[in-house]
Amino acid sequence: MIKVEGLTKRYARNIAVKNISFEVGQGEIVGFLGKNGAGKTTTMRVLTCFLPPTSGKASVAGFDVLEQSLEVRKRIGYLPETPPLYPEMEISTYLTFVAKLKGIPHAEISKRVDEVCERTSIADVRETIIGKLSKGYRQRVGLAQAIIHNPPVLILDEPTSGLDPEQQREARQLIASLSGDHTIILSTHILSEVEQSCSKVIIINAGEIVASDSVANLHNRRHANEFIHVEVAGAPANQVKQRLEQVAGVASVEYRDSSDTLAAFEVRSLENYSVRPELARAIVQSGWNLTELRPVGESLEEIFLELTKSETPASKDKEEEVVAQ
Amino acid sequence: MRNILTICGKELKSYFTSPIAYLLMALFGLIFGYFFASATVFFVNAGLRQQLGGQQAPMSVNEYVISPLLGNASVVGLFLIPLISMRLFAEEKRTGTIELLMTSPISDWEIILGKWLGAMSMYLCVLGVSAINVALLFAYGQPDWRPILTGYLGLILQGGTVLAIGTFISTTTKNQIIAGAATFSVCLLLWVLSWVSSYNDAGWAQAVAYCSILTHFEPFSKGIIDTKDLVFYISAIFLGLFLTSRSIESLRWRA
Repeated sequence: MIKVEGLTKRYARNIAVKNISFEVGQGEIVGFLGKNGAGKTTTMRVLTCFLPPTSGKASVAGFDVLEQSLEVRKRIGYLPETPPLYPEMEISTYLTFVAKLKGIPHAEISKRVDEVCERTSIADVRETIIGKLSKGYRQRVGLAQAIIHNPPVLILDEPTSGLDPEQQREARQLIASLSGDHTIILSTHILSEVEQSCSKVIIINAGEIVASDSVANLHNRRHANEFIHVEVAGAPANQVKQRLEQVAGVASVEYRDSSDTLAAFEVRSLENYSVRPELARAIVQSGWNLTELRPVGESLEEIFLELTKSETPASKDKEEEVVAQ
Repeated sequence: MRNILTICGKELKSYFTSPIAYLLMALFGLIFGYFFASATVFFVNAGLRQQLGGQQAPMSVNEYVISPLLGNASVVGLFLIPLISMRLFAEEKRTGTIELLMTSPISDWEIILGKWLGAMSMYLCVLGVSAINVALLFAYGQPDWRPILTGYLGLILQGGTVLAIGTFISTTTKNQIIAGAATFSVCLLLWVLSWVSSYNDAGWAQAVAYCSILTHFEPFSKGIIDTKDLVFYISAIFLGLFLTSRSIESLRWRA
């Protein structure tokens, strides 16, 4: 559905995106992950035909963003980082205007406006002036604007930024509900969001793709051995440690924390061993109280930080400023 | 065509949802009304004096009231039009809505023409206020309607030119005040360019004076439609809109 090959975008002084390539298949939800200024917005702007690429190719539904720009634009719904709203308009007026812009036939406009209002749950405020809306509602109107012409491809730039946790959850549900018929690219720097709503992750750092894989694969690709957090009550810490080290498959036991009543450890297993059942049995059989036992998988957060560690953090900050202009 | 009308309608509506439309119409009505009052009072007094002096040649309303009035309106226009054009692109750039327009399936030309026509419609509304005064002249006298028509045509063409320049200037900044002030300065300059020819007869001075938008207006206010003036205004409008399209395109390339 979306194909990017060797895309480079250069601004006057610096390069925002360096030679990136990726593909997104029909119906996929892809999370675009990166720090501020990594090049997420620039990439999205190239895909939406707002900015032409300096070099390389990008195509949406088989149409080139540079050569067949109008065809691409018909097929894309775009929610920029700040929703493009006219504060003096009422929601319904605004959506009608966007519907006309997107080339929806006159006869269908009011039906489509009703539909997207329903879908984004703004039907009850549709006669309100946009300037008076809260941030959460503005974001929904922004989303309504992006889906009004039912585009096969949706590009959402930080759709949940600035929302409270409740609104974020709603926004995510809304996006998830759109996933069936739409191919979606969404950018974010919230990792849990990617884990919850995306089938695939592209991690971008300083204009380059550092990882592109499914969420599950990213989790698994780094370590085959398990990390387990264990807490035991009612036993001296050193005894517990000794006992745990004897369990088959345990590579090491590290002391984490202890008080008079509680001892916590981090246990690392040997490769391809699942040691949790054995650990639990060992503790219970020794007559101690097992209060907690949970895997400490390497979180996406750690993977992300690891992958985006940059050697020269200071020099990257400027890119965002240029992008913002 | 449909896209142009969509943009045009949106622009016109946004003028009328903000106070700017009413403010401009009120200001123009006030200033034009003042000029109208003084011109008619002067005309009546002069006419009275002529009759007392025993002269019978009738004075022309067109020559003594309408023509100077339209001339004044064109100068007032130079001051008010930057207020119409300044927000066209500057505001969209500041709020980020330009991204919506430029990623929608419409061409840059449609956006530009739509916006320019929207501003033109606003200007026509402002100009329309003066119809009240002109109607009064028709109610109490028999002015010739043809010079009035050409005068308004001149005002529309001159307004279109200034709006086209203002549209271009508006694309170069995010700040409406800067866009307005720059457009105003350019308008002022284009007005006073004609003064050059009053103290210099050289070829270059003539050329500079030719660029003045007001010199091309005068014939219209006297009821003369000269091809040379038509060509001047239409090519100036085209130039302004062409520069706008270049500026929009460079916006994409520079981001």
